[in-house]
Amino acid sequence: MTAVSPRTQAVRSFRSARRRAQRVPVRRRNLERTIMIVSPILVLGLWELCAYLRLVDTRFFPAPSSIAVAFWQSLVNGLLVANVAASVSRILIGFVIGAIPAIVLGITMGQMPLVRSFFQPLIDATFPIPKLALLPLLILVFGPNEPSKYAIIAITVFYLVLANTAAGVRNIDKAYLDVARNAGASRWLVFWGVALPGAAPMILTGVRLALNVALLIIVATEFVGATSGVGYMIWNSWQIFQVDLMYVGLVTTAILGILIALVITLLEKILVPWKTYDVNS
Amino acid sequence: MMSLKESANAPVVIEEVESLPARPDGTPVKVRIRGLRKDFQVRGEPVAALEEVDLDIRDGEFFVIVGPSGCGKTTLLRILAGLETATAGRITMSRPPVTTGRPQPANAMVFQEHANFPWKTVRQNVEFTLKAQGYSRRERRETSDRIIDTIGLSRFASAYPHQLSGGMRQRVSIGRALAADPEMLLMDEPFAALDEQTKLVLQSELLRVWQATEKTVLYVTHSIDEAIVLGDRIMVMSARPGRILSIIDVDALFPRPRTLESVKSSPLYGELFGRVWSLLRGEVGAAQGAAR
Repeated sequence: MTAVSPRTQAVRSFRSARRRAQRVPVRRRNLERTIMIVSPILVLGLWELCAYLRLVDTRFFPAPSSIAVAFWQSLVNGLLVANVAASVSRILIGFVIGAIPAIVLGITMGQMPLVRSFFQPLIDATFPIPKLALLPLLILVFGPNEPSKYAIIAITVFYLVLANTAAGVRNIDKAYLDVARNAGASRWLVFWGVALPGAAPMILTGVRLALNVALLIIVATEFVGATSGVGYMIWNSWQIFQVDLMYVGLVTTAILGILIALVITLLEKILVPWKTYDVNS
Repeated sequence: MMSLKESANAPVVIEEVESLPARPDGTPVKVRIRGLRKDFQVRGEPVAALEEVDLDIRDGEFFVIVGPSGCGKTTLLRILAGLETATAGRITMSRPPVTTGRPQPANAMVFQEHANFPWKTVRQNVEFTLKAQGYSRRERRETSDRIIDTIGLSRFASAYPHQLSGGMRQRVSIGRALAADPEMLLMDEPFAALDEQTKLVLQSELLRVWQATEKTVLYVTHSIDEAIVLGDRIMVMSARPGRILSIIDVDALFPRPRTLESVKSSPLYGELFGRVWSLLRGEVGAAQGAAR
């Protein structure tokens, strides 16, 4: 007999039970999957056909095949890679500058009512300002180069991560805090052992939101004051009327958005396995 | 639940003394409670949750508290755990001086359910108390090995709570409470959410562990059956405000060491059940009426 732990056995029987439950609608699920793959191909094919038959103006709506060719060319000549690297590094550096203080302040606010009383009105008053409206001020303060771009991303990220972290800490089950108090845990242990992991699922929700908004903000920022980045690429190709390249920029932002979603989902699996389980069960 | 706010006047602290005077029959006392009262503020009005609680808890006994819902039995436990403060009264706890080794924590509480940190493994949950008490990494590891063995979860040391059954999760809670070797265990309906058979298994294991450690246990429950099979003494409480109706000596009827089987098959069991229920019946009715 092979050694199988009770846990593995439990997981196996759970899986086989799930398979049994799904046996009937398998054909239907396969059909659904097929349709999900067919629909984008159908739209692209239709678009290609319309472009080929000159039913749409290819100056505005170039054929998918020519966008693909432009994508490949910009990938090979290094243009795409350089611009993606510029945008991604702005997002990442700005994100780190904004997210770390947001998490620390958010947890402190969630744990200490006096700190919350001090910061909450300030945050509530400034939260509604569209962060993009701060760009002129930030360029004035930090200059037209990289620092102003880090700053606008950092500010965007800060607010979203802060709000979610504070809510995450407030929503931690009181029982966990009772256990910690009864055990005689120090403030330090409560922060690292209870508040931070307890708020982690909400923090990650904030991070997901912040990265998506950061992508939007960086593209808009690069429209006006940049000589590199995906936003610059889109704007510049409009100005020189190289519409293929503009579409390459659009496709690239979509890919970046999907990548962000994938990375966060992966992070959730690693950092908050107990929550991922909740969602699945 | 109503929103309850603690009243702010004159917090009652738990005094600690080296030893308390023994009872007239010579048994040593672990906790002495005199004139304990707890009010909550409900819409600005103080509402008494506990009143006139005078009680000696003996050193090393298994003391069970039963009462209708909302009678303040959990509140009493939380006051002793230092999670809430009483409004009036005196609590004195005997703390023997530390002669060798590490000072023991005064108490550790086992909560109803969902009290394991879901982001920690079984081992990390058990070690949390040790971390809070400043044990070194090596001491934590040694102690948690022993505790996890005691609670029978050696093969699940690195599993997370969501991978365990309800019974196993409550074992983890008990393990975490036992880890730092507290002088007193405060248990708040730890098995209430478990199915009958799991409950039977855990009750007899708790008896086994308790008989081996000789700790003082305060155990709150709804179940008369549980009170009889586990307790040395059963305190029956009235509906809100919680007062002591009667304290029944079970130990005189079922001496230790006892097993669940021997207690439940005894004719005395039914008699005792009837006694406790006749005390409680009116109170449960009162609690139901008050809730309506």
